Amino acid sequence: MAHLTTREIQEALKAEISAQGDLGREVVNCYVSDLLSDVLAKSIEGNLWITQHTHSNIVAVASVKGLAGVVIAGGNKIPEDTLEKARAEGVTLLRCDMSTFEAAGEVYNLLKGGAG
Amino acid sequence: MVLESAHQDPEDELEGYFSIRGGEFEDAGTCATVIKSALRKLGHSDECASRAAVSAFEAEMNVIIHAVAGTLNYTIGSDEILITVTDMGPGIEDIGRAMTEGFSTAPEWAKEKGWGSGLGLPNIKKHSDSLEIDTRKGEGTTLTIRVMLTPGG
Repeated sequence: MAHLTTREIQEALKAEISAQGDLGREVVNCYVSDLLSDVLAKSIEGNLWITQHTHSNIVAVASVKGLAGVVIAGGNKIPEDTLEKARAEGVTLLRCDMSTFEAAGEVYNLLKGGAG
Repeated sequence: MVLESAHQDPEDELEGYFSIRGGEFEDAGTCATVIKSALRKLGHSDECASRAAVSAFEAEMNVIIHAVAGTLNYTIGSDEILITVTDMGPGIEDIGRAMTEGFSTAPEWAKEKGWGSGLGLPNIKKHSDSLEIDTRKGEGTTLTIRVMLTPGG
């Protein structure tokens, strides 16, 4: 697996940094899900999480699980209360115009590219 | 969810109390965040802190989704954390089904937010060392959750 930081992934996705946490953090694999209990159960510390959700619970989930950042795919607008919470908790939120499929494909290639 | 009165010892944060209101999902996860941070500060492992936090988060969500109101208390002992969540909810009609992954009685608003996928209680069971459910239809539910503590690296 390639070693990439949150910033390197943000640049590759041409994503907007909606809330900035530690962009130098190494991303440990990626988890894609819109079921929050599933993310609580199965994501691991350092994962990048790709979701369509924009409400404030995504920040709490990312914070509790120690995720490297959250990519909000589909260009969904992020409400102000979510952004405030993310800034307060140092959680990186990246808003990306790509669909979940495209964003996940791009991140897969970046992290596991060349593997086959 | 309101952090009503935290009985937290400023030195070691060995216990805490939260008041939870049904439907108020915006601040969900506060109890979990506080518990995780308290366990880490006390030198316990990230793994046990994460298990306790996930259990607390799901228990808190259950109150927010299903009940009018409830409370979450935690006490950190030398070898375990005890989390007790009591609600004035409708009670769980069929515990067997509620423990089955994918079975959910959550309302549409919760599902739209990515909750209510029928993973809540199963997640608590998986992430804890002991889960007791005391429920009475029409009165409420009390979850007693225990997570063993392990030293951090």
